[in-house]
Amino acid sequence: MNEQNNKPPESHPLDDSLSAYQEKVNAVNQRFPERSPEFTTGSSDPINRLYSPKDISQGAGFDYLDDLGYPGLFPFTRGVQPTMYRGRLWTMRMYAGFGTAEESNERYKYLVSQGSSGLSVAFDLPTQIGYDSDHALAEGEVGKVGVAIDSLADMEVLFDGIPLDQVSTSMTINAPASVLLAMYIAVGEKQGVPASKLRGTIQNDILKEYIARGTYIFPTDPSMRLITDIFAYCADEVPQWNTISISGYHIREAGSTAAQELGFTIANGVAYVEAAIRAGLDIDTFAPRLSFFFNAHNDFLEEIAKFRAARRIWARLMRDRFKAKNPKSWALKFHTQTGGSTLTAQQPDNNIVRVAIQTLAAVLGGTQSLHTNSKDEALALPTQDAVQVALRTQQIVAHESGVANTIDPLAGSYYIEAKTNELEAAALQYINRIDELGGSPRAIDAGYIQDEIMDAAYDHQKLVESKQRIVVGMNAYIVDEPPPSGLLKVDLSVGERQKAKLNDIKSKRQQSAVDSCLADVKAACEGNDNIMPPILNAVRAYATLGEICDVMRGVFGEYQQSVSL
Amino acid sequence: MTTSPEYPIRVLVAKPGLDGHDRGAKIVARALRDAGMEVIYTGLRQTPEQIANAAIQEDVDVIACSILSGAHNTLLPKVYDLLREEGAQEDILFIAGGVIPDEDIPALKEKGIAEVFTPGTPTGVIIQYINDQIRGGTLL
Repeated sequence: MNEQNNKPPESHPLDDSLSAYQEKVNAVNQRFPERSPEFTTGSSDPINRLYSPKDISQGAGFDYLDDLGYPGLFPFTRGVQPTMYRGRLWTMRMYAGFGTAEESNERYKYLVSQGSSGLSVAFDLPTQIGYDSDHALAEGEVGKVGVAIDSLADMEVLFDGIPLDQVSTSMTINAPASVLLAMYIAVGEKQGVPASKLRGTIQNDILKEYIARGTYIFPTDPSMRLITDIFAYCADEVPQWNTISISGYHIREAGSTAAQELGFTIANGVAYVEAAIRAGLDIDTFAPRLSFFFNAHNDFLEEIAKFRAARRIWARLMRDRFKAKNPKSWALKFHTQTGGSTLTAQQPDNNIVRVAIQTLAAVLGGTQSLHTNSKDEALALPTQDAVQVALRTQQIVAHESGVANTIDPLAGSYYIEAKTNELEAAALQYINRIDELGGSPRAIDAGYIQDEIMDAAYDHQKLVESKQRIVVGMNAYIVDEPPPSGLLKVDLSVGERQKAKLNDIKSKRQQSAVDSCLADVKAACEGNDNIMPPILNAVRAYATLGEICDVMRGVFGEYQQSVSL
Repeated sequence: MTTSPEYPIRVLVAKPGLDGHDRGAKIVARALRDAGMEVIYTGLRQTPEQIANAAIQEDVDVIACSILSGAHNTLLPKVYDLLREEGAQEDILFIAGGVIPDEDIPALKEKGIAEVFTPGTPTGVIIQYINDQIRGGTLL
């Protein structure tokens, strides 16, 4: 997949002039050789010295209307909305959460006051894995990488003073997504906001948890069933909710290439669509609420091409393979986060520059929302000051750089279009391979996807260590620097405070109601009824996240990771 | 950078706690293996008890724990205490890596963690360290 795709054998009007140029290059190279015998992208794909109209001519398999078209129209290569950022800027959505609900609520209010236009909730690991804060495995982890949520009581505090009909909220929650969504709906009820008015996203993408992120609970099949139950429930009850955020972000963070990020993520998307169709859902009822989540990595031009290719691949798959009829089912909407693994612990101020470049790539790639990482995130959760710079980076790109004023301005660049084509072809090869293996869940069980990513990660590491790939401040331009200071610290008393709150809520609630609700959850898990209504009743009765997930573990069992190196 | 021919150094690469970020652990595991060591990787979500037991049962020379969740101050000393309860701490070099702030490192070293490798450490540095410690006679 490294060769130019569909190179025409026939002659091209530019052939003579290209040969003349090549002779000139050869002559110069003899006296002043290029910096390297070969050049590659950030994903180690070869990159040519120069791209010309020949690379995107009809003969190379490129047609403007078929391949690009117009923003808001199939195949959406140029963007999903007709006016893009001229109509409305992307949502500046900063992922945040730590400690208790009180502390996180304060950070959210600060972010909203500073111009953040959507909330994005980070949960701690016990919450993400369905354990209450008093579980033995939660020791030392409570409130560390996100906010601890044990029951609806915590969720009420988390969104205190934040009207849920006026914000859109993204929640990075996967295995227990049904429970956290139910809690959000219940908080809305208490605020007098009906579920039909709630806007936001749950990540709800279990496949990439098995592949790359690790917060799985249940085995593959019941996990897929939980996801399709959420699709079905939201189509009726929470119609403005994005029911899944199919995530390439973590696949890339685990070390994949850009083509693998595209291929594996979209293969996961295919698996969710197939599961929902198997569950009897009509594609046009759920597909418009599917959303994606990509990484904005360092190679600026490759990343822009990646985002454009993602839209085109998805549009073609949805229309041609799955026969979706609603244009909203064809349009790939996505959130972006700048690449956490590109940040260096060394000379952390340099990270501000990396994030700015990645922000530009995401915006030129047509993202719908963006999280910009803070400069100190290779070291700890970000401080408020560092978060402010990250948010300002988006605002500077939005208001000062001018790039948001015309749509898809890099379209027609010979390189961008050739790279978009190349990434589309490479991603489709991965998707076909995964189809041959029986689809994403089976390819994951077989370890195929994990191994491919690990190979790419290890290759990258070797390039960095041999300095064939320069990371400024880390393997080149190194300075002696004092240890970083002023990092955010989550104090250990969070665990104790959270346990006290948990005991308090358990003593105040009506235990018989909890027991009966949990029995209903169990019955739904064992049968075929949609899981969401009994879970919603259980959270209303202040059943805890751990209690609900324990019931589900009892019925579904737990996923066993296949370990390979 | 290879290990001495007598016998390969045995290493347990472990992921304590609930953190699912295993890119670093797997890269270190592969690099140690490519340097001639025998590597056992535990997979995710290992309790301190599981790690200590695996280390003793597998008779490893080194435990290398990778942790990015911030729970290092709680979980790493526990592993060491369990090794000490079994009298294994003298025979096993216990090292760690991940997102661990510099200011936490002195306390971890006092609690038995021999060395902490922070983000950006080349794998060659870790290999060299293990070789020096094991073959340099400080442990065996």
